[in-house]
Amino acid sequence: MNPILKDAGISALVALGLFGPMIGLKTEASATGLFLVPRPLALAAAVAAVFFGRLVLLTWRGRRPGRYRANRGLSEALKRSGRFLTPVLLAFAVVLPFISGRYGIDLGILVLTYVMLGWGLNIVVGLAGLLDLGYVAFYAVGAYSFALLSQTFGLGFWTCLPLAGLFAATWGVMLGFPVLRLRGDYLAIVTLAFGEIIRIVLLNATSITGGPNGIAGIPRPTLFGLQFSAAGGPDTFSGFFGLEYSPTQRVAFLYYVILGLALLTNWVTLRLRRVALGRAWEALREDEIACRSLGINVTVTKLTAFAIGAAFGGFAGAFFATRNAFISPESFTFIESAIVLAIVVLGGLGSQLGTALAAIVMIGGFEVFRDLAEYRMLLFGTALVLIMILRPRGLVSGRTPSVALGRRREISAELVAEGRG
Amino acid sequence: MDSPLLQVTDLTMRFGGLTAVNALSFEARRGEITSVIGPNGAGKTTVFNCITGFYRPTSGGIALTHPDGAVFQLQTLPGHRIARRARVARTFQNIRLFAGMTVLENLLVAQHNALMPNVASGLLAVFGLGGHGAAEVIAIDRARGWLDRINLLPRADDPAGALPYGDQRRLEIARAMCTAPVLLCLDEPAAGLNPRESDALAELLKTIQADGCSVLLIEHDMGVVMRISDHIVVLDHGQRISDGDPAHVRADPNVIAAYLGEGDEDDPDVPLAAASDGPLAAAS
Ligand SMILES: Nc1ncnc2c1ncn2[C@@H]1O[C@H](COP(=O)(O)OP(=O)(O)OP(=O)(O)O)[C@@H](O)[C@H]1O
Ligand SMILES: [Mg+2]
Repeated sequence: MNPILKDAGISALVALGLFGPMIGLKTEASATGLFLVPRPLALAAAVAAVFFGRLVLLTWRGRRPGRYRANRGLSEALKRSGRFLTPVLLAFAVVLPFISGRYGIDLGILVLTYVMLGWGLNIVVGLAGLLDLGYVAFYAVGAYSFALLSQTFGLGFWTCLPLAGLFAATWGVMLGFPVLRLRGDYLAIVTLAFGEIIRIVLLNATSITGGPNGIAGIPRPTLFGLQFSAAGGPDTFSGFFGLEYSPTQRVAFLYYVILGLALLTNWVTLRLRRVALGRAWEALREDEIACRSLGINVTVTKLTAFAIGAAFGGFAGAFFATRNAFISPESFTFIESAIVLAIVVLGGLGSQLGTALAAIVMIGGFEVFRDLAEYRMLLFGTALVLIMILRPRGLVSGRTPSVALGRRREISAELVAEGRG
Repeated sequence: MDSPLLQVTDLTMRFGGLTAVNALSFEARRGEITSVIGPNGAGKTTVFNCITGFYRPTSGGIALTHPDGAVFQLQTLPGHRIARRARVARTFQNIRLFAGMTVLENLLVAQHNALMPNVASGLLAVFGLGGHGAAEVIAIDRARGWLDRINLLPRADDPAGALPYGDQRRLEIARAMCTAPVLLCLDEPAAGLNPRESDALAELLKTIQADGCSVLLIEHDMGVVMRISDHIVVLDHGQRISDGDPAHVRADPNVIAAYLGEGDEDDPDVPLAAASDGPLAAAS
């Protein structure tokens, strides 16, 4: 039988199994109870849509099913446009608070937080090739470090920011020591567990963290000691500059704080890629055994990747705490790790521009389609599947060499290893 | 110099019930090219893995003596220390280049420890401190020198994975040499090369020897082995069956028996068996 027909037939069968209960049956409430109403037509339509959709897709691709190659043309187009896209995106990010209202700035803060988390995780997953499913743990450590330090010692945001990063990095090293002996799937599972452990400890250490009630009243950041409050007076922002107070000022300030932090992450990552440490990470991702034969201490090199990635997660966590003024373990569930990892994978492992685009598409898109209510998830899932079919190596695949004698030429994704832990 | 560069004593390596290397002793002298030959499965690669710290030997000792008299017991050191402190470099039977990195980057990764002696200096380098810039200029110069030697300078900015097979073999040797070793261990560097490439490889190894680096060579290509070796150790079933200069080994009945005993004439992995007038005649 024609393999395309066969493939479409199997897809239709799977669809039948899935949609049978979901679309084929409908519950209807009546005075006497709940009724099951069969909907054979709707079911048939859905299955037929899958069958013909698959048929068209496979015929259009003109390839045998299951053999997808990285789509190079599009990748190169994106790469080339990256030269223009980067400054445009940056300029847009800088002027956003002036051209948009409160909602736009809030959305910008949310997206930038994920951009920063994505860039931080990119160091671990994209450069060093270590699959970390518990990145949210470091985000939580950063947030709680700041919250507890400010509550206990009355320290402000700017003092706590480096400390939060330091604590997160320390946790990164502590987790890394036992865990980095593991590879691939095992590493992923243990890091996942670590993320959950941190959350459950936060939930149960009630006397320190307040447990499920969380910590409230976390101080806001100040601009060189100037506060953002309606009180007026010379030590507030509006009072000092003689402006009329508006809450947007505070939000805009927060926006620039996270923009600065995200750009710092980006700058450090780009610098790291160009020096020996970053090159060793990438070499590790390519071939760990060869690294050892060249005298590279694999454990130490992996630990630095873990620690530096964790530090940026910690910075982002401290920012999260100061922005919300309230944190609880609920904000640090596995789904956060999954979203950040999805951003990194979708963007293209190791690509800074790709990660930023993926964060905008995923977080921004998710917010924009808020009106679609529960269909949002469906749309979101479909989009992810589509992107992974069309661009299995992420939006921006390929790798730019860190050094060159002549001109730097892009290395195609087929040659670049993804790392196995 | 009196003490040999590398002294292997009673080396034994077992994998479960299989004894891959059995009470093997041999030495490699300073400034020489020492070849380790033997039929497939004789345990040659296993010996290399023990010397370079990838396997921990079941028993026995491997002592390496530097020109300054420092002695390293390699069986006690982890692999990255053997490369860094004892300065033993190696290549692999199946090429292990960083395929997604450029040729130049491959050679820079090999100089990692010169560029970044410790983590602190690695982090300072992010801010342009700690002399990373100057170190990198030197490293690039050294890489350029090696690329020139192996005729790969025009391809410096190409990904290593895109090079033809022969070039990859030579690049792997250059990468190992960039770690500034006292002993270079090569696992079948001529495998898959055409005769012209094999000749060029033999020349390259001679120049490496002339530069003062000793070489330990595993090779099935007897043409190359007999031409450039100062000393040959023959293994079979994990044991040493012959040891001496090329002329001695070529005439040794044990060696001839081991290679002929290997089996059928049309086994392409046994290059000697195909020769018309005796197994090792092809080399003379
Ligand atoms: N990690 C391992 N686990 C179990 N057995 C192994 C391992 N490594 C090698 N061996 C076995 O040890 C024996 C020697 O293998 P080795 O690779 O050293 O041979 P070789 O002389 O390099 O052969 P070739 O010329 O084919 O490369 C073989 O029987 C091999 O199956
Ligand atoms: Mg071998």
